[in-house]
Amino acid sequence: MELEKAGIPVAQVTSVAPVAKMVGSNRIVLGHGIVNVLGDPNLPPEEEKALRRKLVQQALEALKKEGQG
Amino acid sequence: MRVIHYLNQFFGGLGGEEQAGLPLEARAGALGPGRLLEQVLGHDAQVLTTLICGDNYAAEHLEQVTAEIQAKVKEIGADLFVAGPCFEAGRYGVAAGAFCSAIQAKLGIPVITGMALENPGVDLYRQDLHIIDSGPNAAQMRDALTKMARLAVKLVQKEPIGSPAEEGYFPRGILHDEFVEKTAAERLIDMALAKAAGRPFESELMVTTFEPVAAPPPVRDLSKATIAIVTDGGLVPKGNPDKIPFRAATNFGSYNIAGVRDLQGQDYEVSHRGYDTRYVEEDPNRLVPVDVLREMEKAGLIGKLHDQFLSTSGLANPFSNTRPMGKRIAEQLKEAGIDAVILTST
Repeated sequence: MELEKAGIPVAQVTSVAPVAKMVGSNRIVLGHGIVNVLGDPNLPPEEEKALRRKLVQQALEALKKEGQG
Repeated sequence: MRVIHYLNQFFGGLGGEEQAGLPLEARAGALGPGRLLEQVLGHDAQVLTTLICGDNYAAEHLEQVTAEIQAKVKEIGADLFVAGPCFEAGRYGVAAGAFCSAIQAKLGIPVITGMALENPGVDLYRQDLHIIDSGPNAAQMRDALTKMARLAVKLVQKEPIGSPAEEGYFPRGILHDEFVEKTAAERLIDMALAKAAGRPFESELMVTTFEPVAAPPPVRDLSKATIAIVTDGGLVPKGNPDKIPFRAATNFGSYNIAGVRDLQGQDYEVSHRGYDTRYVEEDPNRLVPVDVLREMEKAGLIGKLHDQFLSTSGLANPFSNTRPMGKRIAEQLKEAGIDAVILTST
């Protein structure tokens, strides 16, 4: 929130979206889980990395768009 | 009682918006609302000096004007510093809050100000200061000044201060012990009944509110942007060199990843007791995705991955800790010329 107040666009990757929404985060990407925001130890390494790549891509896409307000 | 009073150009009688660029000036004696202030303060209160500054000048040179005002107050000497009331005027309120906060902290002189709830100065300074709820506009001048004066006299004479509802100031989030006749269950039932019947009641908990923050503009061209990773998941190098607490942290760390392709579990640990940290400790990229962002940097999808990632522990942490920390993180990233942030939260 303070980062956005300072004018820096932020994409927040989190699995607790209600908290992010409550504090007013404008660009939220739903993470894969609380303990593995950007990963999944049950996947083979390459698939896990592909999952991470996809979520980070979504974060970058969010940064390119107008915020949700 | 020796008083120094701060007013903006409008209440200081220098002019309206067209005079908002005026620098700080000092006038002897009370001016405008200051005359009424002297009356309601009683106790032979005398406004020695009125300091006046244009709202734009104060907002654009806030640190400089704060230092000037602090120097003036120190030079003249006073028992009380009063700013405003500022009502809904945002620049005025933010400046008044900054001046009061500095004088209270640096000079130890009691301060009082007044603002409307909507004034951004309230959210910025309500925890540090007694800010009287002034109502929205100058029609409430007498009422606002009366409440400010009553509380100011108590502050100067070091008398006990009543609750926000009794004194008319915005809740500061301070809890203190007191003896009460009724148990929590009885009080709760009383409140519930009052609420159901539409009668007024006072909650014992302050509800945290969040003012909306406008979304910063999007990044036009990611291939030229420097992206920083920030996390509240508590990832730190082995040994936790900055001693970031696993809960209620007040500090954050900046950790070098220049040239690093991929974070290795053996180099890091997690200072956070709010989630099962084994998976992140096994592969820190699950929290701080250096591996894929480095690939994207190589592929030209992003301009640059910032040479440091910033980390703190977001657990059981009050806003009084996290807001100042957020500000410091923002300052550091601004100085580093960061275009955008990916924040990962557990």
